[in-house]
Amino acid sequence: MATLARLQARSSTVGNQYYFRNSVVDPFRKKENDAAVKIQSWFRGCQVRSYIRHLNRIVTIIQKWWRSFLGRKQYQLTVQVAYYTMMMNLYNAMAVRIQRRWRGYRVRKYLFNYYYLKEYLKVVSETNDAIRKALEEFAEMKEREEKKANLEREEKKRDYQARKMHYLLSTKQIPGIYNSPFRKEPDPWELQLQKAKPLTHRRPKVKQKDSTSLTDWLACTSTRSFPRSEILPPINRKQCQGWAQWLTPVIPALWEAKADRSQGQEIKTILDNMGPFRDITEVLEQRYRPLEPTLRVAEPIDELKLAREELRREEWLQNVNDNMFLPFSSYHKNEKYIPSMHLSSKYGPVSYKEQFRSENPKKWICDKDFQTVLPSFELFSKYGKLYSKAGQIV
Amino acid sequence: MSQRQVLQVFEQYQKARTQFVQMVAELATRPQNIETLQNAGVMSLLRTLLLDVVPTIQQTAALALGRLANYNDDLAEAVVKCDILPQLVYSLAEQNRFYKKAAAFVLRAVGKHSPQLAQAIVDCGALDTLVICLEDFDPGVKEAAAWALRYIARHNAELSQAVVDAGAVPLLVLCIQEPEIALKRIAASALSDIAKHSPELAQTVVDAGAVAHLAQMILNPDAKLKHQILSALSQVSKHSVDLAEMVVEAEIFPVVLTCLKDKDEYVKKNASTLIREIAKHTPELSQLVVNAGGVAAVIDCIGSCKGNTRLPGIMMLGYVAAHSENLAMAVIISKGVPQLSVCLSEEPEDHIKAAAAWALGQIGRHTPEHARAVAVTNTLPVLLSLYMSTESSEDLQVKSKKAIKNILQKCTYLPALEPFLYDAPPNILKHVVGQFSKVLYPLCQNVDFEIRCEASIIPLDIQIHFCRGWTAINHLITEQSYILILKFTAE
Repeated sequence: MATLARLQARSSTVGNQYYFRNSVVDPFRKKENDAAVKIQSWFRGCQVRSYIRHLNRIVTIIQKWWRSFLGRKQYQLTVQVAYYTMMMNLYNAMAVRIQRRWRGYRVRKYLFNYYYLKEYLKVVSETNDAIRKALEEFAEMKEREEKKANLEREEKKRDYQARKMHYLLSTKQIPGIYNSPFRKEPDPWELQLQKAKPLTHRRPKVKQKDSTSLTDWLACTSTRSFPRSEILPPINRKQCQGWAQWLTPVIPALWEAKADRSQGQEIKTILDNMGPFRDITEVLEQRYRPLEPTLRVAEPIDELKLAREELRREEWLQNVNDNMFLPFSSYHKNEKYIPSMHLSSKYGPVSYKEQFRSENPKKWICDKDFQTVLPSFELFSKYGKLYSKAGQIV
Repeated sequence: MSQRQVLQVFEQYQKARTQFVQMVAELATRPQNIETLQNAGVMSLLRTLLLDVVPTIQQTAALALGRLANYNDDLAEAVVKCDILPQLVYSLAEQNRFYKKAAAFVLRAVGKHSPQLAQAIVDCGALDTLVICLEDFDPGVKEAAAWALRYIARHNAELSQAVVDAGAVPLLVLCIQEPEIALKRIAASALSDIAKHSPELAQTVVDAGAVAHLAQMILNPDAKLKHQILSALSQVSKHSVDLAEMVVEAEIFPVVLTCLKDKDEYVKKNASTLIREIAKHTPELSQLVVNAGGVAAVIDCIGSCKGNTRLPGIMMLGYVAAHSENLAMAVIISKGVPQLSVCLSEEPEDHIKAAAAWALGQIGRHTPEHARAVAVTNTLPVLLSLYMSTESSEDLQVKSKKAIKNILQKCTYLPALEPFLYDAPPNILKHVVGQFSKVLYPLCQNVDFEIRCEASIIPLDIQIHFCRGWTAINHLITEQSYILILKFTAE
């Protein structure tokens, strides 16, 4: 009972205390609650963060492995491409070397031979020198000949002069004008006169009425073709009787003869005295010599045409079809198509294998075909597909 | 008695006529008398005397007429108008050789002045009688007839064709083979004048077998004959390749080269003309000429001549060099370039200089070797001065400009190009600087330089950065040229 009394005594304060404690405790409770919540939240946060970190680490590992795998795959491809490009470059370089050698050889041998050109130019210059020397020799020779001819002409002139002046030669009694006694030695002309033979008297000059007008007639022609007063062309009297008559109006000697009424005797002597002339047969032969045409002229005039005809005939023989090729126009639209013999026969084309390869199954050892033991070259398996696309990924 | 007196009268008259006609013929040799004679009406008198009974008077009258007609074309026309020609032609067929010579002389004198007069001669049927005269025995008659035919055929192609149609060519070829030199000369010149007009006529001459005979006679010592023969051969060969080949087949080389050493100027000129006409057609013919040593002979000939005689030789070198670079190299090693540059500098006439400039351009345009060979002889400044000078004719200017351009485009010989930097006009300067850039660019690449060269129409842009490698190419161009290049590019 004491407790009870105590309790009852305290009971009024209990309520107050109870209320006081509750109300006082409330904020503490709140505070403690908050604190507990804080602690919890922080702790949970830590938990979750560590969990997330854990997850991250795991994910990173996974990603790392996956990405490395992808990278390795890519790297393999890159290496392949690089290798391929390197090999193609190598092949190209080798091919260039081969081509260089071959092209140089080809040009040197077939297109332009430098050494041949050098040789040729050397030969040309040698020929030039030879020609130059030859021409100079020729010119010198010509000069020498001309000089010689000049000298000879001079000599002849002097000789003729000496002959004309022969009467000036000194005799025993009278010294000539070139042999004056007051000179030490005679003039060279004196010696010339001594050497020369005196000229004979010329025949009495016949009065030529028209010779001047006839001989200096044509400024163009030489007077060689005219009969000169001294030497007249002889005539073989037996062959050309008419010539005498033909010449009579012209030749002054004969004119004179005619005018003096001297008869055939005079004419005969005059004709006999005429100088040398060519034989009449020779002359007629030359004058009537037949034309010797060149080969080109001797051929018939329509040779070209005949030759063309010939050629055309030969070509016609080789033609399969006489019609010329016609254009793809509607020119022969209406013509029916005539197939060739190959197409229109019932015998068709024979297959290649049957035609050329004969198979004899009885002789076969086994049923199966040959087996390839060795693998084929890769290089040649890709023949034609790789080489033209250098550097590209096939 | 009376008969004698009557005869005496006739004799007096004949004497008078003879004297008259001889005096007229003599007076007609002097030009100052001809006017007076014409005014005195000599034509009609001579015309009547042509029909005289006495042959001598006929012949002398014909001779006098020929001399008168020879003097000028008015008189020749008067001869034609007075209807003298038909009479002459008619009597040509019948009379003796002196008359034939005189009548042929008249026809020649009339026909030489103009194509119309020659046509008048052809119209009155003179060609047939002249061709008959060509068959005559006397060489003087043949010569006169050939000369008349030559003057007729000289004017144009139709008249030549008429002469050929009358059948003159085979007879002329026969005349060439005659021994008389004068006849050979005239026949050769007649063939030359016939063949010069057209290829067909030249072919007719060749078909008659003329070429072989002409080629044989090249060795004849007579200078005038050689001159005509070479002229005939060159007229034949100038028309086409086939004709030139036919002339070459007659084995004129190397005989024709001796003609290049002849003393006579015309022979040299015609010989070089012949070689030029042969060489100009195809490279093969040029090669043939080169192989026979013709180039050296022509170069020597150019050296020994002056003036117009050089011109065919210069042109021949140009044609040979134009065909191919090997032939141009052959011309160079035959020492042609120094000779041509001598011609270029010392000849007074513009057309010869133009030909020399053209020939040099043809030689130098092929490869840098050729251009160097031309540039080394210092011809480029001469060409430039000819192009720039105002006195040069237009043709000379055009040709020298082309030659400079062609040579410069291949020239890599820098010492020769340097003078051009100083005084060339802009349109040539751009080529010069382009050549410099071409030469310097690979060199500078080697010494690790940057030179950006653009050879375009508007001024060239050369940027040169200084670098230690610059000294490497310093020896190639002088400092002045370098400064000039920079100055030029800074514009």
